[in-house]
Amino acid sequence: MTTIVQPVLHDPRLGAAPQSTSDLDLVRIRADFPILAEHINGKPLIYLDNGATSQKPQVVLDAIANYYNHMNANIHRGVHTLSVRATEGHDAARQTVRKFLNAADTREIIFVRGATEAINLVAQTYGRVHVGAGDEVLITAMEHHSNIVPWQILCEEKGAHLKVAPINDRGELMLDEFAKLIGPRTKIVAVTHVSNALGTVVPLRQVIDIAHRSGVPVLVDGAQAVPHFAVDVQALDCDFYAFSGHKVYGPTGIGVLYGKRALLDEMPPYQGGGDMISSVTFAKTTYNDLPFKFEAGTPDIAGAIALGAALEYITGLGMDKIAAHESELLAYATEAVGAIPGIRLIGTAHDRAGVLSFVLDHVHPHDLGTILDREGIAIRTGHHCAQPVMERFGIPATARASFAVYNTKEEVNALVAGIRAAREVFA
Amino acid sequence: MSRENGELSDLYQEVILEHSKAPRNFRKPAEANQHAEGYNPLCGDRCTVYINMDGEAIRDIAFQGSGCAISRASASMMTQILKGKTKAEAAKLFEEFHGLVTGKEAAPETPDLGKLKVFSGVSKFPARVKCATLAWHTLQSALENKDTPTSTE
Repeated sequence: MTTIVQPVLHDPRLGAAPQSTSDLDLVRIRADFPILAEHINGKPLIYLDNGATSQKPQVVLDAIANYYNHMNANIHRGVHTLSVRATEGHDAARQTVRKFLNAADTREIIFVRGATEAINLVAQTYGRVHVGAGDEVLITAMEHHSNIVPWQILCEEKGAHLKVAPINDRGELMLDEFAKLIGPRTKIVAVTHVSNALGTVVPLRQVIDIAHRSGVPVLVDGAQAVPHFAVDVQALDCDFYAFSGHKVYGPTGIGVLYGKRALLDEMPPYQGGGDMISSVTFAKTTYNDLPFKFEAGTPDIAGAIALGAALEYITGLGMDKIAAHESELLAYATEAVGAIPGIRLIGTAHDRAGVLSFVLDHVHPHDLGTILDREGIAIRTGHHCAQPVMERFGIPATARASFAVYNTKEEVNALVAGIRAAREVFA
Repeated sequence: MSRENGELSDLYQEVILEHSKAPRNFRKPAEANQHAEGYNPLCGDRCTVYINMDGEAIRDIAFQGSGCAISRASASMMTQILKGKTKAEAAKLFEEFHGLVTGKEAAPETPDLGKLKVFSGVSKFPARVKCATLAWHTLQSALENKDTPTSTE
């Protein structure tokens, strides 16, 4: 039997990390997240898989319970008090999302299941109207599968072509190449805001300017961006912006599509059903106004309200303070993990957020993930639903630590100790 | 040693680590007459198993691919134990091995898994069962490949 060198992860001496200069009260913030008190394999949980999903603060859990305890009814239907409460709660959540994205109008905020559904919605409505045989859809080489496959399905159906703008060895979008790929047949650009596998922050203002100069609308996959810094869709001037609630401290099953009103108005509906109509006869149906045209059926009312609570929670902490704290943490982690012998960082873009992706000589990411899990440390290992990115870097998988507002430098120290212990096992 | 790290060293036994670092039969035999590719889409592990069948007997067996320590060691040790075995014996061993790594009680009449018993620790790590069985599933496809008659039906 092998002797495994035990990392002393929770020795207070290891906690002697450089003082955070953050303005956030991390002790209080951590206390807001009940799950952070969990022990995993006898060790305090160190949750570094926030890119997959974030943990939820008590206010979000309370919002769900409060909805079902005191508000539950269907929306837009009854005259009774509970239906009014549910409708008002749902409407208020939409208003919260509008403010969070700085959209001009609540009618531009469509509730969906998540970023994946938001992108499929645009592909299947805007895409099906505007993309025809021989046309082109332009994406980038760092997209998540959810911003590749919906466009492949559309292109296959229409006989259109999917074009892919390349990234460089640091994992940055090559803007010159991107610009060259926009042509007269380009009908839409779909691009991530932050790469889930590399952490790269895409220079969206430039991307959108380039596309708009040719009159091409831009959809942004913001799933990995909104938890980390303030997003202003009017300042970006993006045409569509998609994100998932569960990555931004809200529940699973709820997400948002923002779309410019002029575009949403002229798009056909996505799904048919109740709530998306204003009148139905067997001869003809008149569709409801925005945003309800795109919200067929009873929505995830509790989810929307809880997402609103999550967004209020983080805006209450301050998006700029969150961005500053996480940026400092990522820089610290990049240096500390990068200094471990045999580490190769995957994704070294100048501008990164939330994600540290790496491979370790002689230790497969899966083995590392198992060894860290024994120490209570949760990271993601695998291809991160971004297989083309893995191919670009010539690797089958990476290990990925991804950060949230509640993470600390002490936790990064524990990660470093865990990686060093894994090296010993496979030395 | 604490319980949980006992489990960890049960998983990464010395024999497994040794095979993962220096896998046996890690090659593409020129005389292979059947092969199959295995892929675990969840983690990106890939494995190609090559066999040289002599009637019902596995005359030679080898593999190539990339994967974690558990999947490499499992493939390596599988090739060692199967050389010279018949197809039926291989199928029976897979059944037993699968039971071992998923923590099922072994039936009384079982073939001896021998060295493969070092993989018993995998049963405590449900997320790693697929790593341990990738090579075996691939072997099954490689064996069936020749066996399945080409049919229009």
